[in-house]
Amino acid sequence: MTALAALIRRDIRIALRVGGGALIGVLFFLSVVVLMPFAVGPDLKLLARLGPAILWLGALLASLLTLDRLFMADHEDGSLDLIVMSRIPLELACAAKALAHWIAAGLPLIVATPVLGLLLNLDTLSTSAIALTLLAGTPALTFTGMIGAALAVTLHRGGLLLAVLVLPLSIPVLIFGVAASEAAATGPQTFGAPFLILCALSLVSFVIGPFAAAASLRQGLD
Amino acid sequence: MSIARKAQRDYQDAMSLIDLANPSKFLTLTARILPWLAAATAIVFAIGLYQAASAPDDYQQGATVKIMFIHVPNAWLSMFVWGVMSVAALGTLVWRHPLADVAAKAAAPIGAAFTFLALVTGSLWGRPMWGTYWEWDARLTSVLVLFLMYLGLMALWRAVEDPSRAARAAAVLTLVGAINLPIIKFSVDWWNTLHQPASVFRMGGPTLDRAFLIPLFVMAIAFTLLFLTLHLAAMRNEILRRRVRSLQMMQANARAA
Repeated sequence: MTALAALIRRDIRIALRVGGGALIGVLFFLSVVVLMPFAVGPDLKLLARLGPAILWLGALLASLLTLDRLFMADHEDGSLDLIVMSRIPLELACAAKALAHWIAAGLPLIVATPVLGLLLNLDTLSTSAIALTLLAGTPALTFTGMIGAALAVTLHRGGLLLAVLVLPLSIPVLIFGVAASEAAATGPQTFGAPFLILCALSLVSFVIGPFAAAASLRQGLD
Repeated sequence: MSIARKAQRDYQDAMSLIDLANPSKFLTLTARILPWLAAATAIVFAIGLYQAASAPDDYQQGATVKIMFIHVPNAWLSMFVWGVMSVAALGTLVWRHPLADVAAKAAAPIGAAFTFLALVTGSLWGRPMWGTYWEWDARLTSVLVLFLMYLGLMALWRAVEDPSRAARAAAVLTLVGAINLPIIKFSVDWWNTLHQPASVFRMGGPTLDRAFLIPLFVMAIAFTLLFLTLHLAAMRNEILRRRVRSLQMMQANARAA
Protein backbone atom coordinates (compact mmCIF):
# COMPACT_ATOMS: atom_id res chain seq x y z
CA MET A 1 0.00 0.00 0.00
CA THR A 2 1.40 3.38 -0.84
CA ALA A 3 2.30 5.83 1.86
CA LEU A 4 -0.57 8.17 1.03
CA ALA A 5 -3.16 5.41 1.10
CA ALA A 6 -1.75 4.24 4.43
CA LEU A 7 -2.01 7.79 5.75
CA ILE A 8 -5.64 8.05 4.66
CA ARG A 9 -6.49 4.67 6.18
CA ARG A 10 -4.77 5.56 9.44
CA ASP A 11 -6.58 8.87 9.73
CA ILE A 12 -9.99 7.39 9.02
CA ARG A 13 -9.41 4.64 11.57
CA ILE A 14 -8.32 7.06 14.28
CA ALA A 15 -11.20 9.40 13.56
CA LEU A 16 -13.79 6.64 13.76
CA ARG A 17 -12.58 5.42 17.13
CA VAL A 18 -14.38 6.39 20.30
CA GLY A 19 -12.24 9.40 21.08
CA GLY A 20 -11.78 10.16 17.44
CA GLY A 21 -14.25 12.98 17.07
CA ALA A 22 -15.77 12.14 13.69
CA LEU A 23 -19.18 11.21 15.02
CA ILE A 24 -19.10 14.09 17.48
CA GLY A 25 -19.51 16.30 14.44
CA VAL A 26 -22.78 14.64 13.57
CA LEU A 27 -23.98 15.00 17.15
CA PHE A 28 -23.18 18.70 17.06
CA PHE A 29 -24.99 19.03 13.72
CA LEU A 30 -28.01 17.38 15.30
CA SER A 31 -27.83 19.68 18.32
CA VAL A 32 -27.70 22.82 16.19
CA VAL A 33 -30.61 21.73 14.03
CA VAL A 34 -32.64 20.80 17.10
CA LEU A 35 -31.88 24.12 18.79
CA MET A 36 -33.14 26.16 15.87
CA PRO A 37 -36.88 25.47 16.30
CA PHE A 38 -36.55 26.38 19.97
CA ALA A 39 -35.15 29.73 18.95
CA VAL A 40 -37.18 30.40 15.85
CA GLY A 41 -40.50 28.95 16.98
CA PRO A 42 -42.32 25.80 15.90
CA ASP A 43 -43.99 27.35 12.86
CA LEU A 44 -43.50 24.62 10.25
CA LYS A 45 -43.77 26.90 7.24
CA LEU A 46 -41.06 29.17 8.60
CA LEU A 47 -38.83 26.21 9.39
CA ALA A 48 -39.28 24.85 5.87
CA ARG A 49 -38.29 28.23 4.46
CA LEU A 50 -35.25 28.46 6.71
CA GLY A 51 -34.42 24.77 6.28
CA PRO A 52 -31.54 25.01 3.78
CA ALA A 53 -29.94 27.81 5.77
CA ILE A 54 -30.22 25.94 9.08
CA LEU A 55 -28.77 22.75 7.63
CA TRP A 56 -25.92 24.57 5.93
CA LEU A 57 -25.08 26.57 9.05
CA GLY A 58 -25.15 23.41 11.13
CA ALA A 59 -22.84 21.63 8.68
CA LEU A 60 -20.47 24.61 8.60
CA LEU A 61 -20.25 24.85 12.38
CA ALA A 62 -19.86 21.09 12.74
CA SER A 63 -16.98 21.17 10.23
CA LEU A 64 -15.33 24.01 12.11
CA LEU A 65 -15.61 22.10 15.34
CA THR A 66 -13.91 18.98 14.06
CA LEU A 67 -11.21 20.83 12.08
CA ASP A 68 -9.27 21.46 15.24
CA ARG A 69 -8.18 17.85 15.45
CA LEU A 70 -6.98 17.65 11.86
CA PHE A 71 -3.39 18.34 12.86
CA MET A 72 -3.51 18.83 16.61
CA ALA A 73 -3.59 15.18 17.65
CA ASP A 74 -0.68 14.34 15.35
CA HIS A 75 1.26 17.35 16.57
CA GLU A 76 0.85 16.31 20.17
CA ASP A 77 2.21 12.81 19.76
CA GLY A 78 4.95 13.77 17.31
CA SER A 79 3.68 12.03 14.19
CA LEU A 80 3.22 15.38 12.45
CA ASP A 81 6.97 15.89 12.58
CA LEU A 82 7.44 12.46 11.01
CA ILE A 83 4.96 13.29 8.25
CA VAL A 84 6.69 16.60 7.53
CA MET A 85 10.08 14.89 7.38
CA SER A 86 8.97 11.94 5.28
CA ARG A 87 9.55 11.47 1.57
CA ILE A 88 5.99 12.10 0.46
CA PRO A 89 5.47 15.71 -0.60
CA LEU A 90 3.93 17.61 2.29
CA GLU A 91 1.23 19.06 0.03
CA LEU A 92 0.02 15.57 -0.88
CA ALA A 93 0.17 14.50 2.75
CA CYS A 94 -2.01 17.46 3.72
CA ALA A 95 -4.43 16.65 0.92
CA ALA A 96 -4.58 13.03 2.06
CA LYS A 97 -5.29 14.07 5.65
CA ALA A 98 -8.00 16.45 4.51
CA LEU A 99 -9.57 13.75 2.34
CA ALA A 100 -9.55 11.32 5.25
CA HIS A 101 -11.04 13.99 7.49
CA TRP A 102 -13.79 14.67 5.00
CA ILE A 103 -14.61 10.98 4.65
CA ALA A 104 -14.73 10.50 8.39
CA ALA A 105 -16.37 13.78 9.44
CA GLY A 106 -18.00 15.30 6.36
CA LEU A 107 -19.76 12.29 4.85
CA PRO A 108 -21.67 11.47 8.07
CA LEU A 109 -23.06 15.01 8.00
CA ILE A 110 -24.36 14.45 4.49
CA VAL A 111 -25.85 11.10 5.48
CA ALA A 112 -27.59 12.73 8.44
CA THR A 113 -29.12 15.47 6.29
CA PRO A 114 -32.28 13.62 5.13
CA VAL A 115 -33.12 12.68 8.72
CA LEU A 116 -32.71 16.23 9.90
CA GLY A 117 -34.67 17.49 6.93
CA LEU A 118 -37.65 15.68 8.38
CA LEU A 119 -37.28 17.65 11.60
CA LEU A 120 -37.45 20.86 9.61
CA ASN A 121 -40.46 19.94 7.50
CA LEU A 122 -38.50 19.85 4.25
CA ASP A 123 -39.82 17.82 1.30
CA THR A 124 -37.67 15.20 -0.44
CA LEU A 125 -36.72 17.46 -3.35
CA SER A 126 -35.32 20.14 -1.05
CA THR A 127 -33.59 17.61 1.14
CA SER A 128 -31.89 15.86 -1.76
CA ALA A 129 -30.84 19.22 -3.18
CA ILE A 130 -29.38 20.23 0.17
CA ALA A 131 -27.59 16.90 0.48
CA LEU A 132 -26.18 17.33 -3.03
CA THR A 133 -24.94 20.85 -2.33
CA LEU A 134 -23.42 19.67 0.93
CA LEU A 135 -21.66 16.90 -0.96
CA ALA A 136 -20.19 19.50 -3.32
CA GLY A 137 -19.49 22.10 -0.65
CA THR A 138 -18.16 20.27 2.42
CA PRO A 139 -14.88 19.37 0.65
CA ALA A 140 -14.32 23.11 0.16
CA LEU A 141 -15.00 23.67 3.87
CA THR A 142 -12.56 20.94 4.85
CA PHE A 143 -9.77 21.95 2.49
CA THR A 144 -9.92 25.68 3.25
CA GLY A 145 -10.36 24.92 6.93
CA MET A 146 -7.19 22.89 6.71
CA ILE A 147 -5.33 26.16 6.10
CA GLY A 148 -6.58 27.54 9.40
CA ALA A 149 -5.87 24.25 11.16
CA ALA A 150 -2.28 24.29 9.89
CA LEU A 151 -1.84 27.90 11.02
CA ALA A 152 -3.28 27.14 14.42
CA VAL A 153 -1.44 23.88 15.06
CA THR A 154 1.57 25.58 16.56
CA LEU A 155 -0.44 27.90 18.75
CA HIS A 156 -0.97 26.63 22.22
CA ARG A 157 -4.41 28.15 22.63
CA GLY A 158 -5.37 28.12 19.01
CA GLY A 159 -8.93 26.82 19.09
CA LEU A 160 -11.11 29.91 18.74
CA LEU A 161 -8.56 31.72 16.58
CA LEU A 162 -8.86 28.88 14.10
CA ALA A 163 -12.57 29.52 13.75
CA VAL A 164 -12.02 33.27 13.29
CA LEU A 165 -9.45 32.68 10.58
CA VAL A 166 -11.45 30.07 8.69
CA LEU A 167 -14.88 31.71 8.75
CA PRO A 168 -14.23 34.49 6.19
CA LEU A 169 -12.92 31.90 3.76
CA SER A 170 -16.01 29.70 4.21
CA ILE A 171 -18.51 32.47 3.58
CA PRO A 172 -18.58 32.10 -0.25
CA VAL A 173 -19.20 28.35 0.12
CA LEU A 174 -22.09 29.07 2.47
CA ILE A 175 -23.58 31.71 0.17
CA PHE A 176 -23.56 29.53 -2.92
CA GLY A 177 -24.57 26.39 -1.04
CA VAL A 178 -27.71 28.00 0.35
CA ALA A 179 -28.43 29.73 -2.98
CA ALA A 180 -28.26 26.42 -4.83
CA SER A 181 -30.42 24.65 -2.23
CA GLU A 182 -33.11 27.30 -2.37
CA ALA A 183 -33.02 27.49 -6.15
CA ALA A 184 -33.60 23.74 -6.47
CA ALA A 185 -37.22 24.23 -5.54
CA THR A 186 -37.75 26.48 -8.54
CA GLY A 187 -36.09 24.33 -11.18
CA PRO A 188 -32.85 22.89 -12.59
CA GLN A 189 -31.91 26.04 -14.51
CA THR A 190 -31.51 28.27 -11.49
CA PHE A 191 -29.97 25.42 -9.51
CA GLY A 192 -27.18 24.91 -12.02
CA ALA A 193 -25.36 28.22 -11.75
CA PRO A 194 -24.72 28.37 -7.99
CA PHE A 195 -24.12 24.62 -7.87
CA LEU A 196 -21.43 24.83 -10.51
CA ILE A 197 -19.78 27.72 -8.69
CA LEU A 198 -19.89 25.60 -5.53
CA CYS A 199 -18.13 22.77 -7.36
CA ALA A 200 -15.60 25.29 -8.67
CA LEU A 201 -14.94 26.53 -5.14
CA SER A 202 -14.28 22.97 -4.01
CA LEU A 203 -11.93 22.32 -6.91
CA VAL A 204 -10.01 25.53 -6.22
CA SER A 205 -9.72 24.61 -2.55
CA PHE A 206 -8.27 21.21 -3.51
CA VAL A 207 -5.32 23.12 -4.97
CA ILE A 208 -4.92 26.12 -2.70
CA GLY A 209 -5.64 24.30 0.57
CA PRO A 210 -2.83 21.74 0.51
CA PHE A 211 -0.25 24.24 -0.72
CA ALA A 212 -1.12 26.87 1.87
CA ALA A 213 -1.39 24.27 4.64
CA ALA A 214 1.98 22.72 3.72
CA ALA A 215 3.61 26.16 3.70
CA SER A 216 2.11 26.93 7.12
CA LEU A 217 3.24 23.61 8.56
CA ARG A 218 6.77 24.06 7.28
CA GLN A 219 7.00 27.60 8.64
CA GLY A 220 5.33 26.76 11.90
CA LEU A 221 7.16 23.64 12.88
CA ASP A 222 10.76 24.70 12.48
CA MET B 1 42.47 54.79 -9.60
CA SER B 2 42.77 51.15 -10.61
CA ILE B 3 39.86 49.43 -12.32
CA ALA B 4 39.47 46.93 -9.47
CA ARG B 5 39.34 49.68 -6.86
CA LYS B 6 36.75 51.62 -8.87
CA ALA B 7 34.62 48.51 -9.30
CA GLN B 8 34.75 47.92 -5.57
CA ARG B 9 33.67 51.50 -4.91
CA ASP B 10 30.75 51.18 -7.34
CA TYR B 11 29.68 47.90 -5.72
CA GLN B 12 29.69 49.48 -2.31
CA ASP B 13 27.60 52.40 -3.52
CA ALA B 14 25.15 50.01 -5.12
CA MET B 15 24.57 48.38 -1.73
CA SER B 16 22.64 51.40 -0.48
CA LEU B 17 19.17 49.97 -1.19
CA ILE B 18 19.94 46.71 0.53
CA ASP B 19 21.19 48.70 3.51
CA LEU B 20 17.56 49.58 4.20
CA ALA B 21 17.14 45.99 5.32
CA ASN B 22 19.31 46.90 8.27
CA PRO B 23 16.93 48.06 10.98
CA SER B 24 19.26 50.71 12.36
CA LYS B 25 19.77 52.30 8.97
CA PHE B 26 16.02 52.11 8.44
CA LEU B 27 15.47 53.93 11.72
CA THR B 28 17.81 56.76 10.78
CA LEU B 29 16.13 57.08 7.38
CA THR B 30 12.72 57.16 9.04
CA ALA B 31 13.81 59.81 11.51
CA ARG B 32 14.93 61.98 8.60
CA ILE B 33 11.95 61.69 6.27
CA LEU B 34 9.04 61.27 8.69
CA PRO B 35 8.65 65.01 9.50
CA TRP B 36 8.62 65.82 5.78
CA LEU B 37 6.06 63.13 5.07
CA ALA B 38 3.85 64.35 7.89
CA ALA B 39 4.05 67.92 6.61
CA ALA B 40 3.29 66.81 3.06
CA THR B 41 0.28 64.83 4.33
CA ALA B 42 -1.09 67.86 6.17
CA ILE B 43 -0.64 70.13 3.17
CA VAL B 44 -2.28 67.76 0.68
CA PHE B 45 -5.13 67.18 3.11
CA ALA B 46 -5.65 70.93 3.39
CA ILE B 47 -5.73 71.29 -0.39
CA GLY B 48 -8.01 68.29 -0.79
CA LEU B 49 -10.48 69.36 1.88
CA TYR B 50 -10.64 72.86 0.44
CA GLN B 51 -11.31 71.47 -3.02
CA ALA B 52 -13.89 69.07 -1.64
CA ALA B 53 -15.67 71.88 0.18
CA SER B 54 -15.74 74.07 -2.90
CA ALA B 55 -16.88 71.30 -5.26
CA PRO B 56 -20.41 71.82 -6.61
CA ASP B 57 -23.41 70.02 -5.12
CA ASP B 58 -24.73 67.05 -7.03
CA TYR B 59 -28.06 67.75 -8.74
CA GLN B 60 -29.59 64.63 -7.19
CA GLN B 61 -27.74 64.08 -3.93
CA GLY B 62 -27.05 67.65 -2.89
CA ALA B 63 -24.20 68.20 -0.51
CA THR B 64 -24.15 64.63 0.82
CA VAL B 65 -22.22 63.57 -2.29
CA LYS B 66 -19.16 65.01 -0.58
CA ILE B 67 -19.02 62.01 1.73
CA MET B 68 -17.63 60.35 -1.41
CA PHE B 69 -14.39 62.32 -0.98
CA ILE B 70 -13.75 60.49 2.29
CA HIS B 71 -15.52 57.20 1.65
CA VAL B 72 -13.93 56.30 -1.69
CA PRO B 73 -10.26 56.95 -0.77
CA ASN B 74 -10.76 54.94 2.44
CA ALA B 75 -12.19 52.07 0.43
CA TRP B 76 -9.34 52.23 -2.09
CA LEU B 77 -6.79 52.29 0.68
CA SER B 78 -8.34 49.37 2.56
CA MET B 79 -7.62 47.21 -0.48
CA PHE B 80 -4.28 48.87 -1.19
CA VAL B 81 -3.03 48.13 2.32
CA TRP B 82 -3.87 44.45 1.94
CA GLY B 83 -1.89 44.56 -1.31
CA VAL B 84 1.07 46.11 0.52
CA MET B 85 0.80 43.40 3.17
CA SER B 86 0.73 40.72 0.45
CA VAL B 87 3.95 42.08 -1.04
CA ALA B 88 5.48 42.12 2.44
CA ALA B 89 4.26 38.54 2.94
CA LEU B 90 6.06 37.52 -0.26
CA GLY B 91 9.13 39.29 1.08
CA THR B 92 8.94 37.23 4.26
CA LEU B 93 8.27 33.87 2.66
CA VAL B 94 10.29 34.08 -0.53
CA TRP B 95 13.17 36.45 0.15
CA ARG B 96 13.32 36.34 3.97
CA HIS B 97 13.71 40.13 3.98
CA PRO B 98 14.35 41.23 7.57
CA LEU B 99 11.95 44.17 7.55
CA ALA B 100 9.16 42.52 5.58
CA ASP B 101 7.42 41.11 8.63
CA VAL B 102 7.79 44.43 10.46
CA ALA B 103 6.08 46.11 7.52
CA ALA B 104 3.27 43.54 7.47
CA LYS B 105 2.61 43.68 11.21
CA ALA B 106 2.61 47.48 11.22
CA ALA B 107 0.24 47.75 8.27
CA ALA B 108 -2.52 45.47 9.58
CA PRO B 109 -4.13 47.81 12.16
CA ILE B 110 -3.90 50.76 9.77
CA GLY B 111 -5.64 48.79 7.03
CA ALA B 112 -8.30 47.65 9.48
CA ALA B 113 -8.90 51.29 10.46
CA PHE B 114 -9.30 52.33 6.82
CA THR B 115 -11.73 49.47 6.18
CA PHE B 116 -13.73 50.39 9.27
CA LEU B 117 -13.88 54.04 8.18
CA ALA B 118 -14.96 53.00 4.69
CA LEU B 119 -17.78 50.92 6.16
CA VAL B 120 -18.89 53.67 8.57
CA THR B 121 -18.76 56.53 6.06
CA GLY B 122 -20.50 54.34 3.50
CA SER B 123 -23.18 53.49 6.01
CA LEU B 124 -23.71 57.17 6.85
CA TRP B 125 -23.90 57.93 3.14
CA GLY B 126 -26.32 55.08 2.54
CA ARG B 127 -28.88 56.38 4.99
CA PRO B 128 -29.82 59.49 3.01
CA MET B 129 -29.13 57.84 -0.36
CA TRP B 130 -30.65 54.37 -0.14
CA GLY B 131 -32.76 54.76 2.98
CA THR B 132 -30.84 52.15 4.92
CA TYR B 133 -27.67 52.04 6.98
CA TRP B 134 -26.79 48.57 5.75
CA GLU B 135 -27.61 46.23 2.91
CA TRP B 136 -26.31 42.73 2.35
CA ASP B 137 -25.21 43.27 -1.22
CA ALA B 138 -22.00 41.94 -2.77
CA ARG B 139 -19.76 44.99 -2.29
CA LEU B 140 -20.72 45.71 1.32
CA THR B 141 -20.56 42.04 2.30
CA SER B 142 -17.13 41.48 0.75
CA VAL B 143 -15.73 44.62 2.42
CA LEU B 144 -17.16 43.44 5.74
CA VAL B 145 -15.46 40.09 5.17
CA LEU B 146 -12.23 42.00 4.45
CA PHE B 147 -12.63 43.78 7.78
CA LEU B 148 -13.10 40.45 9.56
CA MET B 149 -9.99 39.13 7.86
CA TYR B 150 -8.00 42.14 9.03
CA LEU B 151 -9.14 41.48 12.59
CA GLY B 152 -8.30 37.78 12.28
CA LEU B 153 -4.86 38.66 10.97
CA MET B 154 -4.24 41.03 13.87
CA ALA B 155 -5.33 38.28 16.28
CA LEU B 156 -2.93 35.82 14.63
CA TRP B 157 -0.03 38.26 14.96
CA ARG B 158 -0.62 38.54 18.67
CA ALA B 159 -1.26 34.84 19.24
CA VAL B 160 2.34 33.70 18.76
CA GLU B 161 4.98 34.85 21.19
CA ASP B 162 7.95 34.86 18.82
CA PRO B 163 7.52 37.63 16.21
CA SER B 164 9.35 35.88 13.40
CA ARG B 165 7.26 32.72 13.70
CA ALA B 166 4.11 34.79 13.85
CA ALA B 167 5.37 36.55 10.72
CA ARG B 168 5.44 33.39 8.66
CA ALA B 169 2.00 32.22 9.75
CA ALA B 170 0.57 35.68 9.10
CA ALA B 171 2.27 35.80 5.70
CA VAL B 172 0.48 32.64 4.57
CA LEU B 173 -2.86 33.97 5.81
CA THR B 174 -2.27 37.32 4.06
CA LEU B 175 -1.59 35.65 0.73
CA VAL B 176 -4.64 33.40 1.05
CA GLY B 177 -6.78 36.41 1.93
CA ALA B 178 -5.54 38.36 -1.09
CA ILE B 179 -8.05 36.38 -3.13
CA ASN B 180 -10.73 38.62 -1.62
CA LEU B 181 -9.36 41.74 -3.35
CA PRO B 182 -10.45 40.99 -6.93
CA ILE B 183 -13.77 39.76 -5.54
CA ILE B 184 -14.36 43.14 -3.91
CA LYS B 185 -13.29 45.07 -6.97
CA PHE B 186 -15.41 43.17 -9.45
CA SER B 187 -18.34 42.32 -7.16
CA VAL B 188 -20.34 45.31 -8.35
CA ASP B 189 -19.86 44.19 -11.95
CA TRP B 190 -20.55 40.51 -11.42
CA TRP B 191 -23.67 40.86 -9.30
CA ASN B 192 -26.58 43.21 -9.65
CA THR B 193 -26.10 45.13 -6.44
CA LEU B 194 -27.32 48.18 -4.62
CA HIS B 195 -23.84 49.67 -4.48
CA GLN B 196 -23.15 51.53 -7.68
CA PRO B 197 -20.85 49.99 -10.31
CA ALA B 198 -17.32 51.19 -10.93
CA SER B 199 -17.18 54.77 -12.12
CA VAL B 200 -13.49 55.61 -11.87
CA PHE B 201 -11.29 52.59 -12.59
CA ARG B 202 -13.11 50.99 -15.46
CA MET B 203 -12.68 50.26 -19.16
CA GLY B 204 -13.58 53.35 -21.12
CA GLY B 205 -12.31 55.79 -18.54
CA PRO B 206 -13.96 57.41 -15.57
CA THR B 207 -17.52 58.59 -15.78
CA LEU B 208 -17.14 61.10 -12.99
CA ASP B 209 -17.10 64.76 -13.93
CA ARG B 210 -13.79 66.58 -13.50
CA ALA B 211 -15.21 68.83 -10.85
CA PHE B 212 -15.53 65.74 -8.65
CA LEU B 213 -12.70 63.66 -10.07
CA ILE B 214 -9.90 66.09 -9.21
CA PRO B 215 -10.79 66.57 -5.51
CA LEU B 216 -11.28 62.79 -5.31
CA PHE B 217 -7.79 62.11 -6.61
CA VAL B 218 -6.27 64.77 -4.37
CA MET B 219 -7.98 63.26 -1.33
CA ALA B 220 -6.80 59.81 -2.45
CA ILE B 221 -3.22 61.08 -2.59
CA ALA B 222 -3.68 62.72 0.81
CA PHE B 223 -4.93 59.47 2.37
CA THR B 224 -2.10 57.52 0.73
CA LEU B 225 0.44 59.94 2.20
CA LEU B 226 -1.31 59.51 5.54
CA PHE B 227 -0.93 55.74 5.24
CA LEU B 228 2.76 56.10 4.35
CA THR B 229 3.40 58.35 7.33
CA LEU B 230 1.50 56.14 9.76
CA HIS B 231 3.06 53.00 8.31
CA LEU B 232 6.63 54.25 8.63
CA ALA B 233 5.96 55.46 12.15
CA ALA B 234 4.39 52.11 13.04
CA MET B 235 7.34 50.22 11.56
CA ARG B 236 9.70 52.33 13.62
CA ASN B 237 7.67 51.60 16.73
CA GLU B 238 7.62 47.88 15.98
CA ILE B 239 11.40 47.75 15.56
CA LEU B 240 11.84 49.58 18.86
CA ARG B 241 9.31 47.28 20.52
CA ARG B 242 11.27 44.23 19.38
CA ARG B 243 14.47 45.74 20.71
CA VAL B 244 12.83 46.28 24.07
CA ARG B 245 11.69 42.66 24.04
CA SER B 246 15.21 41.41 23.24
CA LEU B 247 16.65 43.56 25.99
CA GLN B 248 14.09 42.24 28.47
CA MET B 249 14.94 38.68 27.49
CA MET B 250 18.64 39.36 27.87
CA GLN B 251 18.01 40.89 31.25
CA ALA B 252 15.94 37.91 32.35
CA ASN B 253 18.66 35.53 31.17
CA ALA B 254 21.36 37.50 32.97
CA ARG B 255 19.36 37.48 36.15
CA ALA B 256 18.75 33.74 35.89
CA ALA B 257 22.43 32.99 35.33
